[in-house]
Amino acid sequence: MIEQVVFYLFASMLLLSASMVVVMKNPIHAALFLVLSFFSSAAIWLLLQAEFLAIALVLVYVGAVMVLFLFVVMMLDINLVTIREGFARYLPVGIIVALLMVTAMGLVVGSNYFMSENYMAVKEVSADHSNTRELGLTLYTEYLYQFEIAGAILLVAIIAAISLSMSKAKLTKSKNPGDQVFVKKKDRLRVIKMQAEKKE
Amino acid sequence: MMTKVKNYITSLFLWELLKGLRLTGKHLFKRKITVQYPEEKTPQSHRFRGLHALRRYPNGEERCIACKLCEAVCPAVAITIESEPRDDGSRRTTRYDIDLTKCIFCGFCEESCPVDSIVETRIFEYHGEKRGDLLMTKPRLLEIGELAEKQIAEDRARDAFYR
Amino acid sequence: MIEFLYQFISQNVLSPVATYLFPLQYQPQALYVLQTIVKILSIMVPVLLTVAYFTYAERKVIGFIQARIGPNRVGFFGFSLWGLGQPIADAVKLIVKEIVIPTGSNKTLFIIAPILSLAPSIAAWAVIPFDDTKVLADINAGLLYVLALTSLAVYGVIIAGWASNSKYAFLGAMRSAAQIVAYEIAMGFALVGVLIAAGSLNLGEIVTAQSGSFIHWFWLPLLPLFIVYFISGVAETNRAPFDVAEGESEIVAGFHVEYGGMAFSVFFMAEYANMILIAVLSAIMFCGGWLSPFQGIPGLEDLFSWVPPIFWLLAKTSFFMFLFLWFRATFPRYRYDQIMRLGWKVFIPITIVWLVVISALVVTNTPPWFVA
Repeated sequence: MIEQVVFYLFASMLLLSASMVVVMKNPIHAALFLVLSFFSSAAIWLLLQAEFLAIALVLVYVGAVMVLFLFVVMMLDINLVTIREGFARYLPVGIIVALLMVTAMGLVVGSNYFMSENYMAVKEVSADHSNTRELGLTLYTEYLYQFEIAGAILLVAIIAAISLSMSKAKLTKSKNPGDQVFVKKKDRLRVIKMQAEKKE
Repeated sequence: MMTKVKNYITSLFLWELLKGLRLTGKHLFKRKITVQYPEEKTPQSHRFRGLHALRRYPNGEERCIACKLCEAVCPAVAITIESEPRDDGSRRTTRYDIDLTKCIFCGFCEESCPVDSIVETRIFEYHGEKRGDLLMTKPRLLEIGELAEKQIAEDRARDAFYR
Repeated sequence: MIEFLYQFISQNVLSPVATYLFPLQYQPQALYVLQTIVKILSIMVPVLLTVAYFTYAERKVIGFIQARIGPNRVGFFGFSLWGLGQPIADAVKLIVKEIVIPTGSNKTLFIIAPILSLAPSIAAWAVIPFDDTKVLADINAGLLYVLALTSLAVYGVIIAGWASNSKYAFLGAMRSAAQIVAYEIAMGFALVGVLIAAGSLNLGEIVTAQSGSFIHWFWLPLLPLFIVYFISGVAETNRAPFDVAEGESEIVAGFHVEYGGMAFSVFFMAEYANMILIAVLSAIMFCGGWLSPFQGIPGLEDLFSWVPPIFWLLAKTSFFMFLFLWFRATFPRYRYDQIMRLGWKVFIPITIVWLVVISALVVTNTPPWFVA
């Protein structure tokens, strides 16, 4: 009973905040509603006893990705009028994409995968059952290649991002703190002995 | 090369930071120098420049002769003087105002006074609760002078040697 | 004694309440909820009291280091008692002050921001084990839960900075966001080291994995990670020398310039609650939590066996809390690019290298820590 109440609470919160992400005019509000929807879905995963996935969702998406999102969005100087200008021009493309997505979703939902009798009931597991361990075992045995390939792709992406940002000509006058730390007095300062001069 | 390696090792082991922590850690147990103000007070110099006062001669005659030197010398323009001849023909002030909110307590008024009339006392614990409380008028200055005359005279006598 | 008190309250207060107020079929659930609320309060109230007196301790300690006395006037019933009443006087003052909401601000977010910064730092206490039986929620992914919640604290800062509609506040928020993202990674890697060493994400099991003696604690095999974790913790809580988000010499008070009264004090409490949390986590993950430091030393072990385990946890936590204050009294504030360099170019490489080392130690079953 309580579980159902909690489920409906978070499910409605998820739907509401997800639609608010689309509806909101202010991009910051939209981003914050996205955070809320991540939270609600994490709560629903917790109900399904997938605590590792739920917390990883909060940790990765809410704790890191959305912070960077907000960081960028707050820096943008968004002019709503210029955004509205293109609305009519992009409308046909938008409608086509929307129709495609609706058909795709309809096909998936209508297929056997999502029929209610194919829902797996949540398995009751004992409290000391660690699904972190289970997840790790599956990832590193059955899906090892996929996992490693994903890791390699991410590594390539990191290197690409760094090399893109480093390739630009140096425009800023920045000091290297690493060199500054090791500066010694004798590198900078020279004490000269000289004869005292008479004032004329 | 060697120094660079040495630098890396010392910075990795946070050597400089530990030195700093040791210093502040030592100070934690040092004797505290706080003066518990209302109960304890630091000694004052006899040249202390606090609240102003106007003095009188021992026979009760006010010293000020309205020469307006203090008004002229005041760098903050805090002093306002008006004068008229008194009934006996002597030159006296009818108005002697010091705006304490302007005053910078430099002591020039005291230095410029030929008759040691305007002085700065050792009183520094005073306050104003309403507008005008810090605008000292002649009667109030004279009153302060009467209250603190003993200390004022003592301090002038101690300083006389250096003048 | 704590167990006894809890049993007493549970039997004499909660059971009657549940019996009178709820229909028979819901009574067990109602009792469970009431008991949980009592447990939560028994953690939250001491934490908040500690926050209040931590501010007092900070002023005292920094005062002592600077050859001053610190607050010593406000006391109780006419006795000054070394200023022990100061936090309460501060709290009363802040509560009665008006909360000024700037005209150009986003009012909802402006009010939500301080709450968002305090809530995670208190919620994280749910998984902290106080000894081998006393823990509110003994969940398997405790370590991850703590990491997730500490990473949420940045939202309060970012939202406060943006909602204030002030340039200084916004600069503070931007600084804090970049800084926290940078140090989050080093912190996460340090915790991965703990996870490898203990072989579990459960905080209670992490502590039991350290049992043996003083040198069995993880501070020794994980020494670089321990240092990185604690320094990242200082950076994460925006404390000196990493307090550029406030940076009063450059950007007035950073993200909370526009806040006053209770709204400001909630930020203040969040900062101190976060510090206490980092301190208790360092104690649990690297210094053996509730384990006695005299364990395994013949003679001394029996001598101190009467001390309740929770005392050791509190003692270790207090030490780390003191370190926060000591750091603040000692180190000048970092320049911003130096903070970024330290996070990205020093801490992350160190942690990655040590992860390889610790994995090798675990795989080869190196005594005395990792005996198969």
